[in-house]
Amino acid sequence: MKVRNWLILAAVVLLTVLPLWLASAPPAQPGADAPALFGGSDDRAQKAIGSIAPGYKPWFAPLIEPASSEIASLLFALQAAIGAGVIGYWLGGAVTRERAKRAAASPAPRPIDAVAADTRESAAGSPTRGSPAAESPAAGSPAAAGPASSATTAQEHRAG
Amino acid sequence: MHIMEGFLPPAHALGWAAAAVPFVAWGLRSIGRGLQAHPERRMLLGVAAAFAFLLSALKLPSVTGSCSHPTGVGLGALLFGPAAMVPVGFVVLLFQALLLAHGGLTTLGANVFSMAIVGPFVSYGVFRAVGALGLPRSIAVFLAACLGDLATYVTTSLQLAWAFPDAAGGVPASFVKFAGIFALTQVPIAISEGLLTVLVTNAMARFNADELRALPLMAYGRRERA
Repeated sequence: MKVRNWLILAAVVLLTVLPLWLASAPPAQPGADAPALFGGSDDRAQKAIGSIAPGYKPWFAPLIEPASSEIASLLFALQAAIGAGVIGYWLGGAVTRERAKRAAASPAPRPIDAVAADTRESAAGSPTRGSPAAESPAAGSPAAAGPASSATTAQEHRAG
Repeated sequence: MHIMEGFLPPAHALGWAAAAVPFVAWGLRSIGRGLQAHPERRMLLGVAAAFAFLLSALKLPSVTGSCSHPTGVGLGALLFGPAAMVPVGFVVLLFQALLLAHGGLTTLGANVFSMAIVGPFVSYGVFRAVGALGLPRSIAVFLAACLGDLATYVTTSLQLAWAFPDAAGGVPASFVKFAGIFALTQVPIAISEGLLTVLVTNAMARFNADELRALPLMAYGRRERA
């Protein structure tokens, strides 16, 4: 499951990085400079409109235009940051909430197991072997880990 | 996929706006009803909107030598239904038109139609169709997000081809030209969007929060296994 997620992430990175090597500049239109590599496809479409309908004049201009490409990249970064911030906030909150719920739910089965461990111990008839208090963490920890880990595997299964 | 400000003849601009308005109204109603029935999903809707905000800000290089961006509306369409993503896409496009001079107010109707209407509805349709075939959820999510993204760019190419038919070849020749710019550039980016959406839905399914459990997306495949 985890390996697959890393593979997916690697594929996304490859899909993004490989074009930087693979792409070559498009051929120059007669009488014009070669178009810049990795400009926006919107700009390229605008040029195509110019070649199909040379007489077309845009009849409306943007109300506000970013003062420079630096300002534009600032606004794009802001847009991405807002998006990533909201996703991160929710993800963090949801994970914490689920973890707290799981922690609150897991101690419940422990007393039963601890009692069972105590009975087993007294049945073996070894009252001299250590105090029950010293034994209980060892007996308790697998019991505590038990439901939590089984819950995780169940989820892994459902997710897969 | 933004058609630039002023780059659609007035009749086309008006027509696409008129076509988009009923979908926006439908979407607002759908969101209102959804949140009334499940107020706990408010935050999750914000996450779906944030995903669209984030992805549509990422300009990625493509093999054609130009840059384009994913749309991010597929995830929300799978979580809340396609109609819910119409107002979300509208807000994203309005933000970009007003502050970034990307797209425009006159072309908003056409851009909403391609990114916020065709994209989510294709995503949702593909998801249901793949689900009917009984394939794993990650494949359904991948194809839905990927094809929804691609459909957006094919729509943009069609819109421009319709407005600017080629002198010799008419609308089809023009469509080939615009599709070569938009749709071809979009292929690797659409695949990236599909993969990213799979990652996000996997993450959501893994920790299985309360508001997620009730979603149809998370119930996908459980029926088949049971």
